[in-house]
Amino acid sequence: MEAWMAVVVGALFSVSIYLMLSKHIIRILIGAAILGNAVNLLIFTNGRLTREVPPIIGADESILSAQAANPLPQALVLTAIVIAFSFFAFLLVLGYRAYQELGSDNTDEMRVAEPVDDQTPPLGY
Amino acid sequence: MAGSSEAQIDLTPAMNLEPVALLDWLIVAPVAWCILVGTILLMVRKNTARHHFIAIPAMGVQVLITGALLAQIVINGPTTMVMGRWLPPFGIAFTVDILGAVLAFVAAVVALACTIYGVRDVNSSGRRYGFYSFFFLLMAGVSGAFLTGDIFNLYVWFEVLLIASFGLLILGSEKGQLDGATKYAFLNLVATTLFLIATAYLYGIFGTLNMADIALKIAQSDGTLPLNTVAGLFVLAFIMKAAAFPVNFWLPASYHTPRVVVSALFAGLLTKVGVYAILRVYTMLFSLQREALEPTVNIDALSFAVAIVACLTMVLGSVGALAQTNVRRLLGFLVVSGIGVMLMGVAIGTEAALGGTVFYALHSILVMTALYIAAGMAAKMCGGAEDMTKIRGIYQKNTLLAAITLMLFFAVAGLPPFSGFWPKLMLVKASIEGAPWWAPFSILLTGFLTTIAVGRVWALSYWKPADEGSEDKNEKTELAVTDLVPLVGLTIIVVGIGLFPQTVFELAYQSAEQLVNPTAYIESVFGSEVVE
Repeated sequence: MEAWMAVVVGALFSVSIYLMLSKHIIRILIGAAILGNAVNLLIFTNGRLTREVPPIIGADESILSAQAANPLPQALVLTAIVIAFSFFAFLLVLGYRAYQELGSDNTDEMRVAEPVDDQTPPLGY
Repeated sequence: MAGSSEAQIDLTPAMNLEPVALLDWLIVAPVAWCILVGTILLMVRKNTARHHFIAIPAMGVQVLITGALLAQIVINGPTTMVMGRWLPPFGIAFTVDILGAVLAFVAAVVALACTIYGVRDVNSSGRRYGFYSFFFLLMAGVSGAFLTGDIFNLYVWFEVLLIASFGLLILGSEKGQLDGATKYAFLNLVATTLFLIATAYLYGIFGTLNMADIALKIAQSDGTLPLNTVAGLFVLAFIMKAAAFPVNFWLPASYHTPRVVVSALFAGLLTKVGVYAILRVYTMLFSLQREALEPTVNIDALSFAVAIVACLTMVLGSVGALAQTNVRRLLGFLVVSGIGVMLMGVAIGTEAALGGTVFYALHSILVMTALYIAAGMAAKMCGGAEDMTKIRGIYQKNTLLAAITLMLFFAVAGLPPFSGFWPKLMLVKASIEGAPWWAPFSILLTGFLTTIAVGRVWALSYWKPADEGSEDKNEKTELAVTDLVPLVGLTIIVVGIGLFPQTVFELAYQSAEQLVNPTAYIESVFGSEVVE
C-alpha cells in the first residue's frame, strides 16, 4: 500500500514540477496547487497507512493499539490543507491582478520591477 | 460513565498538572501580544488617524516583553512552555534559548523603529488596507518562529509571516508591486512547501516533531538514518527563504517595490528567519551526533556544499550591488551578500563560527533596516527618485542624514568602529582556522566590493552637489521627527555595538555554546533525568 502511494506521490510531484517550469503564471499556479496536494499525501503516507482500525482507546486500555490508524498526520495534513488553500486563493487573485495591470501572464514579459533596459551606474565622479 | 473511567487514569506522564509559572508565560507572550494588537488594529482600521497611537506603544510593550524574556533566559537558561498542558513530545512546546530570545528582542527593536517610521511613510489608504495589522501579524509570525521548539509549528509560523508579508508587499497595488509580489509569492510558497516535504520525511523517520526529542533520538541512533538527505532538503528550503545564491532571485526582484518601511522591515527580519531556521535544524540534526562520532571533523559533505553556496552568495551579492543604479535594489543585493557571510559560519560549525553568525545576524537586522530607512529619507528629499544618478547633494541638504548614512555604509561594509566589524572579524578568524583558504578570502573580498559599491553611492548621491541649472537648489531640508527618531536610534545602537561589543559578544557566544551543546535545551524540554 505504501509503495503504491509513493508512486502516486512521485507522479504528482513530477506533474507539478513540470507545470511550475512553465513561464505562464496560471500553469505555475496549478503546479503549486498540485504540489501542495502531493505533500499532503506524502505526510499521510509517512505516518503509516491503516484501514479499519480507528484510533480510539478502549475502556480497558491505557494506550492506543499498535495497529490503529495514526491520527497525527491527519492533524498535520488538515493544517497544511488550510494553509495551501488560502495561499492558492491569494495567488489566484494576485496572478489575475498582475495580468490585468501588466497585460501578460508570461513571466518573461513581466519586467516592470526589473526593467530590461536598466542603465549601469556611472563610472566616474 | 466517562467521568468514572477518567478518574482512574494517571495523567501525570502525559500532562503537566501544575499551573504554569508566571514567568513562563513570557515565552508565549510576544506572539499572543502581537496577534492581540493586530486584531485590535483590524477592528479600528477605518480610524486611520489613530493607528499609530495604538501601534507605537504596543510595539514598545513588545520590546519590553521580549527584553524581559531575554533577561529571564540569560539568568535561568533555556525554558520550555507546553501548549494545552500536554507534555512534550505530545503537545507543541515553545522552547526558548538565548539565540531565540535575543533574535526576538532585536526583531522587536527594529519593528519599533519601523512602526515609528511608518507614521509618515504609510498614507491613510495604506493604513485603511491594514498596514499596521499586517505589521503586527508579521511580528507574531517572526516571534513565533524564533521561540517555538516544534518543527511543524515552525512551519506554521513561517506561513503566518509569509501571508502577512504578502499583504504588506502589495499595499498600494502599483504595477511594480504586483510584478515583484508575484515572483516573491511563488518562490516563497515553493520554499515553504519544500520545508513541509522535509518535515514529512523527518516525521516519517522519527515519528516526532519536537526538536529536542529528535535531537535525542539521533543521539541514541546507530548512525544509519538518512540524515543527510533530510538535512539537504531542509537546507535547500531555508536558503531559499534566506535568499542564498542559486535561489536568491526573488529578493532583488521584489524588495525595492513596496513602501520603504516595508522594505526596511523585510530586509531586517525575513531573511534572518531563514538563517535562524538553518542554525536550528543543523543543531537538531547534527550537533549531538557530531560530538559523539567525530568531534574533530567539522566539514562534512553537506557543510562543504553550504560553504560553497555561502561564498558564491556573498561575492555575487556584492558584485550585484556594484551593478545597480537604483539604491534600494543595491541594498537588496547587500542583504543577499550578508546572508552569504552568515551561512559561512553555519558551514564551519565551530562555536566561534556560529557565534560570528549570530552576531552578524543581529548586526545585519539593525543595519539593513536603518539603511533602507535612510535611503527612503534621501529619496523623499529628491522628489521620490531612487536612482543614484538622480539623488543629489544630500550633504548640502541635510548634513546629519549624510553623516548617519556614511556610518551605516561603513557598518554594512564591515569597517571599524561599527557593528559590522566584529562579527566579520570572528568569522574570518574562524574560517582561517576551520575552512579552506577561499572562505576567509571571499569574506574579505566581499567587504572590499561592498565598500566600493556603497562608497560610490555616497560620493555620487550624498557628497556631489546637484548640477547647476537643475531645479534642485541644494536647499537645506529639515527632517520630520518620526523619520529621524528611528534612524538615529538604530544608528546609536549600531555605533554602540561597534564601540562596546562585549555584551553582544557574550550573548552570541552563549547562543553558539547552546547550539553546539544542546543539553540544556533538551533538559528544559524533558527534565534533567533524560540526558545522562
